[in-house]
Amino acid sequence: MGMSFSTVLSLLAIIAKVAVVLVALLTAVAYAVWLERKVVAHIQSRWGPYRVGPHGLLQPVADGLKILFKEDFAPSQVDHLIFWLAPFIAFALSLVPISVIPFGASVTISGHTISFQITDLNVGLLFVFAVTSLGVYGVALAGWSSNSKYPLLGGLRSSAQMISYELSLGLGVVGVVMLAGSLSLREIVERQVGLWNIFLQPVGFLVYFMAAIAETNRIPFDLPEGESELVGGFHTEYSGFKFAMFFMAEYANIVTVSCLATLLFFGGWLGPVFGPPLLRALLPVAWFCLKVLGFLFLYIWIRGTLPRFRYDQLMGFGWKFLLPVGLLNVLVTSLLVAWRST
Amino acid sequence: MAALFYILAAVAILAALCVVLQRTPVYSALALIVVLCSLAVVYLLLGAEFLAVVQVIIYAGAIMVLFVLVIMLLNARQETPLDRSRLARWLGAPLLAVFLGEVCFAVWQRYPVKATAAAVIDGGPRAIGALLFRSYVLPFEVTSILILVAVLGAVVLAKKQP
Repeated sequence: MGMSFSTVLSLLAIIAKVAVVLVALLTAVAYAVWLERKVVAHIQSRWGPYRVGPHGLLQPVADGLKILFKEDFAPSQVDHLIFWLAPFIAFALSLVPISVIPFGASVTISGHTISFQITDLNVGLLFVFAVTSLGVYGVALAGWSSNSKYPLLGGLRSSAQMISYELSLGLGVVGVVMLAGSLSLREIVERQVGLWNIFLQPVGFLVYFMAAIAETNRIPFDLPEGESELVGGFHTEYSGFKFAMFFMAEYANIVTVSCLATLLFFGGWLGPVFGPPLLRALLPVAWFCLKVLGFLFLYIWIRGTLPRFRYDQLMGFGWKFLLPVGLLNVLVTSLLVAWRST
Repeated sequence: MAALFYILAAVAILAALCVVLQRTPVYSALALIVVLCSLAVVYLLLGAEFLAVVQVIIYAGAIMVLFVLVIMLLNARQETPLDRSRLARWLGAPLLAVFLGEVCFAVWQRYPVKATAAAVIDGGPRAIGALLFRSYVLPFEVTSILILVAVLGAVVLAKKQP
């Protein structure tokens, strides 16, 4: 074999890293669902899941088993190839962005540098946007291939919504990119030492976060699956594990968006670090996870608080408010950056 | 790297054939997305990360989404073959062969097979930004005006007459 021992070793290290990150992400997705049910329940003065495990902590396991053993049913008139492909597209694309997300500062242990990141792409931010911009296909194709009116309407709505809000999502982070002078997520975080971007780019953050809620089809922008008018939207005809894939994709996207918000505006893994070397290595990761958790909570809080928009309000808000504000923010930021550099 | 290139090239060509030969518009659109994404990976192999990502964002993520949206709105299921002219049926394939031969010949003349590896150029966002906004600022702006004109034209054409 042409491969040397060290190549095999580094390959194994990469595979191990990918496995760890993937398992962590899927666990986070499962428990995001649990957290949502719990928090929304408490907002509504209920208990939420309580029977399976202490405080319902094993509920995700029970739900997962249930959905695995459910009949996977496909209506007779669907376009079978695309009906199968759509949930895979949605799920696979929702897992990819985590590969460029840095969780902590690099640590050097006896000469080996360990970075808490699968790969550091110098256009990492754009990579995340590229992958999420493809995510719309899962939803659109699911709606189309179901060959049924409500899924089609849901698919159309969500395609239009995701295209509209993707622009604002991008504009919201342009200010951050200009301040950092880089598209690498690691560098963007390292530029925030001392002062987080939220203080420099509050408008950019608001634009980003509101667009992100719309991009992930969440309340108050969850029209693609508005159950009172579209039954279930694009996934009406899905059942069993294919439905679970859409469900997991939605939560994985929420985790990604929260990670990105943390990295771009809230200093990523930055925070007080102290104690013995091991604690020093792990504390940044803990700070990062804590901030992401904060965003997940905010997401659920919004879900428990706000009613759903009407469709024309949604489009009007995206194009006539969020987009101009985002553009204005880019303009002002670029003027300030130019003024500071002269 | 070379093996990867050949795999991607094969995928791109097969998918491109799929675009033309498919009868169902959505399949064609999906195949076109595969073509665009495999081209993006070729760019990645050449070290042009920015271009690769932008290729995906703009073509696969924006333009093709609009295509798919239009196909969905029209709810086009399957195309029925049109009655093509007899001239096209008999002359189409030979003319295509001649044209392909010409292109291959021209490429082979200009870039002999033994061409050295492409010179390492900076494909980063900074370099491309400088090219777009310094060296080629006029063509860049003219293109954007062209697109604006096209958008306005589409709106005017699509507007219902009172």
